[in-house]
Amino acid sequence: MMKGLKYIIAGVVFGIIMSKSEAVSWYRIQEMFRFQSFHMYGIIGTAVVVGMIAIAIIKKNRLKDISGKLIVISDKEKGWKRYLIGGTIFGLGWAFTGACPGPIFVLLGQGYQVMLLVIAGALLGTWLFGAVNKKLPY
Amino acid sequence: MSILDFIRQPWAWWVSGIAIAAIMVILILFGKKFGLSTNLETMCTILGAGRSIEYFRVDWKKSAWNLLFLVGAALGGWVSAHWLSSPEPLKLSAATMRDLQKLNIHFDGQTAPSQLFNLGYGFTPRGLILFLGGGILIGFGTRYASGCTSGHAISGLSNLQLPSLIAVIGFFIGGLVATHLLFPLIFQS
Repeated sequence: MMKGLKYIIAGVVFGIIMSKSEAVSWYRIQEMFRFQSFHMYGIIGTAVVVGMIAIAIIKKNRLKDISGKLIVISDKEKGWKRYLIGGTIFGLGWAFTGACPGPIFVLLGQGYQVMLLVIAGALLGTWLFGAVNKKLPY
Repeated sequence: MSILDFIRQPWAWWVSGIAIAAIMVILILFGKKFGLSTNLETMCTILGAGRSIEYFRVDWKKSAWNLLFLVGAALGGWVSAHWLSSPEPLKLSAATMRDLQKLNIHFDGQTAPSQLFNLGYGFTPRGLILFLGGGILIGFGTRYASGCTSGHAISGLSNLQLPSLIAVIGFFIGGLVATHLLFPLIFQS
């Protein structure tokens, strides 16, 4: 139980960050895809720059995780088709709903019940991918 | 100004960015990785998708921590809406307001337009395209690209992964097509 609690707490903090940053806002996502504000670019850009520095420090100092294991951050599988096609399909859904997989649940927590439809769709889409994945180009 | 009032204000982009990176680092230090779309796969496995589809025959307990993180995220949304929401309307750019007005979507200062974000609208033909259709695209797309905004745009780019850059370019192609080509078809017809 205690082992799981830290993930719930980290999740609560994440949900608050996503809410207070307005990164869960459908309006903000529209603003981003219309290049009419720096807000979302600032958030993602800062997160990436800070993340790059942090990961470089972790790798350089061969840091260990809390269970004492050396931290290994694995590379993504090579290829481009799946990333470009899959990414484009996801991008359509991101603009439609104004939410990506984390914010869908943050918005549900905020009380937007219509997110239940998005979750049902996302599970259906995942199921569909599982059914056809061997036939797709990678 | 109390601490609570301080937190209640909308956060600056750089505060938010640093905080998101901190969450990623904390999960790495926990021996995990920051990526939320895996949860969709785990949920399908729990719902029994593995009975007919080999892809879902995995040990979901290994990803149970991520489900807990997701439950926490929803709780965080609840906490924000009930205790931490700002009384001020969202400061959306005037240009976006005008563009949305042309699509007959009225800016109401909330997180999302209440005109669209309700179950009644969700079950209209347009609402189904937007929410159920959008959800299907999210599920299929993130699994095909094996990652979403957190896994590719934040974790992947932070780790200098070329596949993640390609995925993020894809996210933007999709988002731009939806916003500039499909929204006029959906909302103005």
